[in-house]
Amino acid sequence: MSEPNNRRPYRVLGTTPLREDGVEKVMGQARFADDVFLPRMLHAAVVRSPHAHAKIRKISTHKATAMPGVFAVLTGSDFPTLEPTILSHSDASTTDDLKDISENCMARDRVLYDGHVVAAVAALSRHVAQQAAEAIDVEYEILAPILDIEEALNEETPALHEDFTPGQFVLQTKKASANASGFEMNIGEDQDAFSTAEVVVEKRYRTRCVHQGYIEPHAVTVQWGSDGIMTVWTCTQGHFAIREQLSIVLQHPLSKIKVIPTEVGGGFGGKDLIYVEPAAALLAKKTGCPVKMVMSRAETLRGTGPSPGAVINVRLASDKKGTLLAADLELLYEAGAYPGGPVGSAGLAATSRYKISNQTIRGVEVLLNKPKMKQYRAPGGVPVNFAVESTIDILASKVGIDPLDFRLKNAMAEGDRMVTGLPCPKIGGRELLEAVRDHSHYRTPLSGPRQGRGMAYALWFGAGKTSSVSMTVHGDGSVLLNVGTPDLSGTRLTLSMQAAEVLGIDVAEVSARVLDTDSIAFSYKTVASRTTHSTGIAVYQAANNALREMARRAAVYWDIEESSVAITRGSFSDLGNPSRCLSFLELAKLLEKLGGPITVYGNASPGSNGCQLAAHLVDVEVEVDTGKINLLRYTAFQDAGNAIHPDYVSGQMQGGAAQGVGWALNEAYFYSEDGKLLNTSLLDYRMPTAVDLPDIETVILETPNPNHPFGVRGVGEVPIMPPAGAIANALYNAAGIRMTELPMSPGTVLEKIKENID
Amino acid sequence: MSEYSRRVQVTINAREHEIDCEPRQSLLELLRDGLQLTGSKEGCNDGNCGACAVILEGKCVLSCCVLAVEVDGAIIETIEGLSDGLELHPLQSAFLQETALQCGYCTPGLIMAAKDLLSHEPNPSESRIRHWLANNLCRCTGYDRIIKAVKKAGETIAASHE
Repeated sequence: MSEPNNRRPYRVLGTTPLREDGVEKVMGQARFADDVFLPRMLHAAVVRSPHAHAKIRKISTHKATAMPGVFAVLTGSDFPTLEPTILSHSDASTTDDLKDISENCMARDRVLYDGHVVAAVAALSRHVAQQAAEAIDVEYEILAPILDIEEALNEETPALHEDFTPGQFVLQTKKASANASGFEMNIGEDQDAFSTAEVVVEKRYRTRCVHQGYIEPHAVTVQWGSDGIMTVWTCTQGHFAIREQLSIVLQHPLSKIKVIPTEVGGGFGGKDLIYVEPAAALLAKKTGCPVKMVMSRAETLRGTGPSPGAVINVRLASDKKGTLLAADLELLYEAGAYPGGPVGSAGLAATSRYKISNQTIRGVEVLLNKPKMKQYRAPGGVPVNFAVESTIDILASKVGIDPLDFRLKNAMAEGDRMVTGLPCPKIGGRELLEAVRDHSHYRTPLSGPRQGRGMAYALWFGAGKTSSVSMTVHGDGSVLLNVGTPDLSGTRLTLSMQAAEVLGIDVAEVSARVLDTDSIAFSYKTVASRTTHSTGIAVYQAANNALREMARRAAVYWDIEESSVAITRGSFSDLGNPSRCLSFLELAKLLEKLGGPITVYGNASPGSNGCQLAAHLVDVEVEVDTGKINLLRYTAFQDAGNAIHPDYVSGQMQGGAAQGVGWALNEAYFYSEDGKLLNTSLLDYRMPTAVDLPDIETVILETPNPNHPFGVRGVGEVPIMPPAGAIANALYNAAGIRMTELPMSPGTVLEKIKENID
Repeated sequence: MSEYSRRVQVTINAREHEIDCEPRQSLLELLRDGLQLTGSKEGCNDGNCGACAVILEGKCVLSCCVLAVEVDGAIIETIEGLSDGLELHPLQSAFLQETALQCGYCTPGLIMAAKDLLSHEPNPSESRIRHWLANNLCRCTGYDRIIKAVKKAGETIAASHE
């Protein structure tokens, strides 16, 4: 890893301390959701539809109810009936219609995808619950499923829903046809940009549905007290989100729901929506016992929220010198069974790293009989980045310019107009591309035949949103930092580091916790690369509040005006008598006599977290006999704003790249003709293993984000975007074949090689 | 417990246990549900993710694919047995120092699989480590740091034997 230059005067930031919670994790003591055990706890299992589309005629539960060890059975009729409910506040936990979410958790009169839950049962053990679930008879009237985008858009295809609330994730869509809703963004006045351009390229791409693939399946335990207070232990990216959704779906007051976040075994955008939580809660209410429900791997793949497959049409125009003039994109994304997929965020990120004065971007999301699609690390960004970055290479080649130079020539910079019409904020795009150009990887010749080098470039927005923290300075000088954003990958440490930086103390003196919904003020989810950034701002505020309060106490101690206390890197001095000075620890030890420990708060709602930029460079070798693509060398470049913990930034870059490589080469949902998911195990849903990936070298650049006190940018999402485009471009350079579909699995590559020979 | 239950005697992390198991229960269930040794994780329950790896009679196995009744009389080592809490095992230290974990869910399985490797080959090549750990999925890290951690732990262990 190349480390960023430590040119700024930070003491803690930019170092690589060890995480406090890591010890429990390497010792097997960290408590994940399935590790919750309560007295009298029951285990639940659900019945899932084996059909992609069917009416539920009848559910017979009597056999299950009569089985020994079975305590309660639940169906859709036990759920409150909701009117369409859209949350309109700015920190809404979901932009989806909660009526849809309720029906996604438990089908009412119809099942809309293979794996849709139709009933649940609570029993003494998981085995008994599963047996009882198998004993529940569901009579279905099978309906024709809609399984692909073109079919769903065909005017003759019946509507999946009589009516639906159009999706509004990031961008509001409007109903466009029976099974689709969409948006259109335009900038530029030149109607003739395409007809007068010297070079125009148009290409159509197709990608498949993939899963986030977190290793920990969803799990929840719910206790419903006789006082009506519901306590929920679950692995989630947002416990306040789970609370809000449960409150609406179960029509239960927010103040009577306490959600306790456990450690989370990976989320990547897939763990912030309720699935089995309401059923577990209703079973807990029915039985008076705590109920635990853990999804199997097959259930996780069939019944949660994967990332949509897409069909993307890209048309780009440039002049003969390689200046981009116009872009026209159509993004058709699967929504799955209910609206609200990530087509809007895909549209925003489609071209926004390039300066293109005339653009039309149409996004459409399409309802069909697959699971309700969800966010996955840079939601919607991978398919469209693959499509646009492939087309950029084709265009550069037509113009006769090196693809890197082409990107540099057209890179968006601060002040350029984005597709939203807004000026681009300060970003280090050119610097990033120049770093690629100057890197030894870019300059080292390839070493053999059938090898090729390719690159792709990406920009992602992320989000700001609300974070709350509280901080206590104890009499022994140690600091407790409480936050409301779940820690997926080490954010307790990156937040502690920011606290220590402000307080002028060692990071080991700060201990951070993620508190439950009763114990800390509202915080938005850990999503959109926001926690180190946005919760970091709240931490910065709290730490400054703590210093101010300590200065006040010092003033009392010295009997001087508060304004006469100077604070310098964690020590306090009397401006009128500089020989009087107290270190942070010395003053902390006096706190008990000066009013007790200090507890302060921080709360931030930044509008964004700065743009994230990544460029990936990859060398591939293609096996012409099998179509297999081997990755020989991989370098990921990213602008981290200010890398708080460079190893963690690098880890995010490597992890994102690894997921992007899986998406590019192997991963896809396979459906049968009647809409059953065929690859429901991790053997058949093939994620990268240690032998599939090369070392992923990382290069961190730092263009500080002007809207964060330490210049932090979001980091986590963007590295998943470039791999598919970079590999596709490298493959073209290795073998002269242009893949327009993901995944580029050996079979599809081989087919293309054969086509090329014929 | 059903009428088919069997009593299983097993030594786990140098402690003897006697526990009634149903024939359909896996070793992973025995550990997690029976003894609340929850360090071994369930990620797939069909032998494809490696999160439940433990060492059975000196050899790494996936505990979701072993029946509990099969381990009667056996000696088992789980992640909980690696350290007394005062001093971490070299693999545990190396995973921390090399930032080889993010969410940490796959970590116990990876450490147990790596321990088995290092007990036979203290100085494996990077390629050897990658192939050995190919049955352990990690979705967060991209593996690079895990491979480095295992290599480093091997060196530490070898140095301590000199």
